[in-house]
Amino acid sequence: MTISQGTRHVGQPLKRREDLKLLAGRGRYVDDLKLPGMLYMAILRSPHAHAKIDSIDLSLARAAPGVRLALSGSALEDRIGPIVPNWIIPGSKVPVRRVVATDRVRFVGESVALVVAESLAEAYDAIGLIEVEYDVLPAVTEEQDAVRGDAPQLHENVPGNITTFYKVKGGDYEKANREADQVVKLRVVNNRLIPTCMETRAIVAAPEPDGTLTVYIGSQVPHMHRRWIAETVRIPEHQLRVVAPDIGGGFGAKMHLYPEDLLCPYLARELNAPVKWWETRSESHQSTSHGRAHTEDLEIAFNNDGRILGLKVSTLGNVGAYLSNMATGGPTVNTVNFGTGTYKIENYEALSRVVVTNTVPVDAYRGYGRPEGAYIAERAIDAVARHLNLDQVEVRRRNFIQASDFPYRPYGSTGVMYDSGDYQALLDKALEAFDYEGRRGECEALRGNGIYRGIGVAAYTHMCGMAPSRRLAPGGFDRGGWESARVSIDSSGRATIYSGSMSQGQGHATSLAQIAADVLQIPLEDIEIVQGDTRQVQAGHGTFNSRSMAVGGSSVHVSSHRVITKAKTIAAGMLEVDEKDVSYSAGAFTVPGTDIAPLTFSKVARMAYVGHKLPDGVAPGLDETVFYDPTGMGAPSGVHMAYVEVDPETGIVDILDYVAVDDVGTLINPRLAAGQIHGGVVQGIAQALFEEVSYDSESGQLLTGSLLDYAVPRAEHVPNIRSSFQQTPSPTNPIGVKGIGESGSIAAPPCMVHAVLDALSPFGIKHLDMPLTPPRIWAAIRSVREGDAR
Amino acid sequence: MIPAAFDYVRASSLTQAIELLRDNPDGAKLVAGGHTLLPALKLRLAAPELLIDIRSVAEIKGIEIGETHVKIGALTTHSELSASEPLNNVFPIFRETARLLADPQVRNRGTIGGSLANADPAADWPAVVLALGAQLEIVGATGRRTVPAEDFFLDIFTTTLAPDEILASIQIPKPKTGTRYAYRKIRHPASGFAVVGVAIAVRMLDGVVDEASIGITGATNHAFVGKEAAEFLTGKALTRDNIDEAARMLSENTECLSDRYAPAEYRANLVRVELGRALLELSQ
Amino acid sequence: MPATASTREVTIEINGLRRTGTVEARRLLVHFLREDLGLTGTHVGCDTSQCGACTVEIDGVAVKSCTVLAVMADGASITTIEGLTDGSGELSRVQKAFHDHHALQCGFCTPGMVMSVRNLLRENPNPSEREIRHGLAGNICRCTGYHNIVRAVESLASEGSVA
Ligand SMILES: Cc1cc2nc3c(=O)[nH]c(=O)nc-3n(C[C@H](O)[C@H](O)[C@H](O)COP(=O)(O)OP(=O)(O)OC[C@H]3O[C@@H](n4cnc5c(N)ncnc54)[C@H](O)[C@@H]3O)c2cc1C
Ligand code: FES
Ligand code: FES
Repeated sequence: MTISQGTRHVGQPLKRREDLKLLAGRGRYVDDLKLPGMLYMAILRSPHAHAKIDSIDLSLARAAPGVRLALSGSALEDRIGPIVPNWIIPGSKVPVRRVVATDRVRFVGESVALVVAESLAEAYDAIGLIEVEYDVLPAVTEEQDAVRGDAPQLHENVPGNITTFYKVKGGDYEKANREADQVVKLRVVNNRLIPTCMETRAIVAAPEPDGTLTVYIGSQVPHMHRRWIAETVRIPEHQLRVVAPDIGGGFGAKMHLYPEDLLCPYLARELNAPVKWWETRSESHQSTSHGRAHTEDLEIAFNNDGRILGLKVSTLGNVGAYLSNMATGGPTVNTVNFGTGTYKIENYEALSRVVVTNTVPVDAYRGYGRPEGAYIAERAIDAVARHLNLDQVEVRRRNFIQASDFPYRPYGSTGVMYDSGDYQALLDKALEAFDYEGRRGECEALRGNGIYRGIGVAAYTHMCGMAPSRRLAPGGFDRGGWESARVSIDSSGRATIYSGSMSQGQGHATSLAQIAADVLQIPLEDIEIVQGDTRQVQAGHGTFNSRSMAVGGSSVHVSSHRVITKAKTIAAGMLEVDEKDVSYSAGAFTVPGTDIAPLTFSKVARMAYVGHKLPDGVAPGLDETVFYDPTGMGAPSGVHMAYVEVDPETGIVDILDYVAVDDVGTLINPRLAAGQIHGGVVQGIAQALFEEVSYDSESGQLLTGSLLDYAVPRAEHVPNIRSSFQQTPSPTNPIGVKGIGESGSIAAPPCMVHAVLDALSPFGIKHLDMPLTPPRIWAAIRSVREGDAR
Repeated sequence: MIPAAFDYVRASSLTQAIELLRDNPDGAKLVAGGHTLLPALKLRLAAPELLIDIRSVAEIKGIEIGETHVKIGALTTHSELSASEPLNNVFPIFRETARLLADPQVRNRGTIGGSLANADPAADWPAVVLALGAQLEIVGATGRRTVPAEDFFLDIFTTTLAPDEILASIQIPKPKTGTRYAYRKIRHPASGFAVVGVAIAVRMLDGVVDEASIGITGATNHAFVGKEAAEFLTGKALTRDNIDEAARMLSENTECLSDRYAPAEYRANLVRVELGRALLELSQ
Repeated sequence: MPATASTREVTIEINGLRRTGTVEARRLLVHFLREDLGLTGTHVGCDTSQCGACTVEIDGVAVKSCTVLAVMADGASITTIEGLTDGSGELSRVQKAFHDHHALQCGFCTPGMVMSVRNLLRENPNPSEREIRHGLAGNICRCTGYHNIVRAVESLASEGSVA
């Protein structure tokens, strides 16, 4: 069916519809909820990285004012849990994770006991009265240390602290290695990060008079949370309602199942009262999942013209003390499958090992695996350029997958397919926007004056919206890849759209409405988007992996089309013409070539509901639900460039310019798309220059326990970001979208590292590990200078 | 995020505040701006029984530009120090420093008295009062005393203040004409405090340094005066070589702190670089 | 040590209305606003006084309400984000600029950010980009990368009044 276009909404930089309430302070986040009779839970967390729990004395806490309940893990062991991951790479060893520790703690921050009291203050007071005796055990925090023979062992069923081995192979690396002019080895570390949503996690579980339970939680995946809570707390899923109100950022951290997600529902039912838990920021640093934490060993075989013949990768992914939801998938499939990046490297071999340590569990964080994968490819190509003293742009050009190669399966992979793209064109656009030639000259000229400027380039591609469903089973991903949308037209012709995606700031209320408005051809004001309530929204997988537009948006598109198809049938009946003579444009059904007056969409909607004159066999109502399962995944790509100046005396990096050219397929709303790039790039700059979780490797203490020492960038730390787009529509879905949310955080880390290394090239510094803090940069320069002096 | 319970009194005079301190020798704490104390209470790193709010004590408020001295009440906020034209006409270093201290909201609330009394090794004002040769006026049950800034800071978070004493004002001798100032700071990216901060006052006469004074913060357990470097500069022109030598001297004589973010060698380097740059600024 | 928490009566003018309440001495102003008065537009994003999500105006200047006790604000006059639209329901200039420039995503930092921008423009009605970035040092935004927040403030620079 063709629908001629009235006003097109897709592609317009519309302002967001959700802004007004948020700006007026009328957003509704979980912690804003206050229910009558609400109780407050607080958690006592382990101060030790690894210890046996000898005894827990709750008596003083129980007697404290306002306390309703104080419990340790043993009271819960048979009631709820254990917490099981739901992406389990086949062959993985899955350690048992209790909701609250019983006999042993394995990271600083693991829950040991809890208190429920009438006020939050009383709950905190009582937590301080719990006495626990520990028998401290040796701890291990770094992945390289954990795989050594003499390392402390975390779990009996995980020998050597390795839960998972995962291999990828294509072509013949050994042959490439033999034939290459040169081989270079490089170890790169992908620093551990804290996602830091500005809203910390919070949950309210409230028993309803009818015996059901409502759980308010800032979840990126409300329906998944319903399933997980139902299974783990043993509540029939249909009696559980999960409501995700406004969410203050997610970035992956709010798509996992945490102990508190289970405790509040359990306790609310036990105490027959609403129970709230709210995470403090410092608590968040030790209880909400971390991101990245990989070490990667690269071996690059290349010829003297800069062509890479083969790449061999061996990685250790640190996943913390237990397997969080997706923990075995991120460091494996999501990382090494993408290790060749935008380059045609036909001989590829990778082995990744998933390692447990006495640290906070690590799971998805903006890009999950793809930043690590892109970092492998980008650091490899950069190493080749640096080694051969070739131009970093030219070496990329020589190795790029070409526009004519798409759809392209890197190294003959069966799992990875890049649907479309044009990297050379992206690079050309970036070079022009950046004025590469001009600045190259500027860098050279200034070096003479002791001014160290550098240019960084990074290209990336990855895949968004894990799908189709049937392809997810072999990888052990225990969820589907579809998304659902219900487009419900009321009797006045206005639409309410129930979407299984879940905005955490992305602006779905605007972008999904734009998609629907183009098909339904009704004004944006006549479309409401409903998300985040399992009682209202039929089903869904939520928002992660940049899937909301590609999969969620496509489902809205398809179900809107179904609505129009049915409306057309009804309209034909009303106009007493053949359906195929009817066309729909600008919100009205017409019969071209006749003088039959146009019939508005609202009149057809009314007819659908009064049902007075429906064609035979057509049921009343105008309400369509689609579970859309994509045929494949879209592969966004991009080239980012950065211009920096390094002060060699202090090691301080000044970011002078940042250019991002991204191909994310069709742009639904360029304004929102640019916003995603800005935010993602700054999180990537943060990884490259500022942020790093550190642990004391002896005691396992978390050294970056609050925002006083974990350096989240402020406005003055980051530059303007010049974002622009190229649009190569994805052939994998009807709206041509690829996905955008993760792009910035994938591209920016290598881009920044390359810029700094370029600035430091006069010192001969070829590699530094992130974050490139001033003390680290200064130390590197100093050791070169001291070496020179000797 | 919620402090342990305490009692609270808003004191209206120094006498009342001192009495309250004396009557509660173990459990009372003064609170001025609260921007050091409250964060500590929220994390339950401290749990006093009584908070004595001194913000209403009029005697220790305000900035007075006297004949020989400038007197700054302990309760003066960082913002007030930055905004005061009369003060900055005499000592522009106050505005220069305040700009680099914390953030606007904190500056609107935190006080110089609280900052000095707290003696955070990475705080900014200690370096400034040292460079300006300030005298700190302290009031206690037994009366008033005045301590040179140089003798005030003893160790990390430790000063000469007795538990029942209150820092009342900062008194700074008015400078000779032609004295110039600079404050340079390398901020910790997370906390905003000084990894190293350098405050200097230099007076030039006939092309050579007539008087110089240097206050350093961030580098060691407590802020200190860079005496030897200042003495070295006195009587010399601010040439590149002399500046480098002074900076090197200061850096080499400083036993710097090490932490996860910045090892001692880095701090020592910053002492050298920042002093050098500050002097270079003033030489131009 | 006080066996039970000591409580106090406080009277604070909030968004033009006199509000009284009985609070524990340890009650933070932000909790008084959010929990006792239901003014949940002011958020809590950290426990170390760093993020600025809790920023309100006390006697005309921006302050982090997580770092002030309710008892310390007794007698003060406070404006919260809710106070900017009270009455007319129309967005103020700063809020409107945020909307026009897509300066918010999740919106969690936004109320505090808006209060800080007002403070910044009061102190410096015509700030440069550098001054804007420096002036927002007390607020963390994790979503926008600050780019569009800076654009929003630039659009207000030189326009004059803050309201
Ligand atoms: C986010 C943030 C960033 C900051 N960044 C910086 C920075 O970059 N540089 C910097 O220097 N500081 C910084 N600070 C600290 C800030 O400057 C504080 O305001 C200051 O250190 C303490 O002042 P106050 O009035 O708030 O003290 P309070 O918190 O009220 O008191 C601090 C301590 O001093 C005692 N005290 C207070 N006044 C007196 C007095 N008159 N006599 C005796 N004892 C007294 C109190 O009992 C308490 O022990 C920062 C603070 C925060 C929250
Ligand atoms: S909550 Fe007040 S500064 Fe973070
Ligand atoms: S908009 Fe989400 S933190 Fe700023």
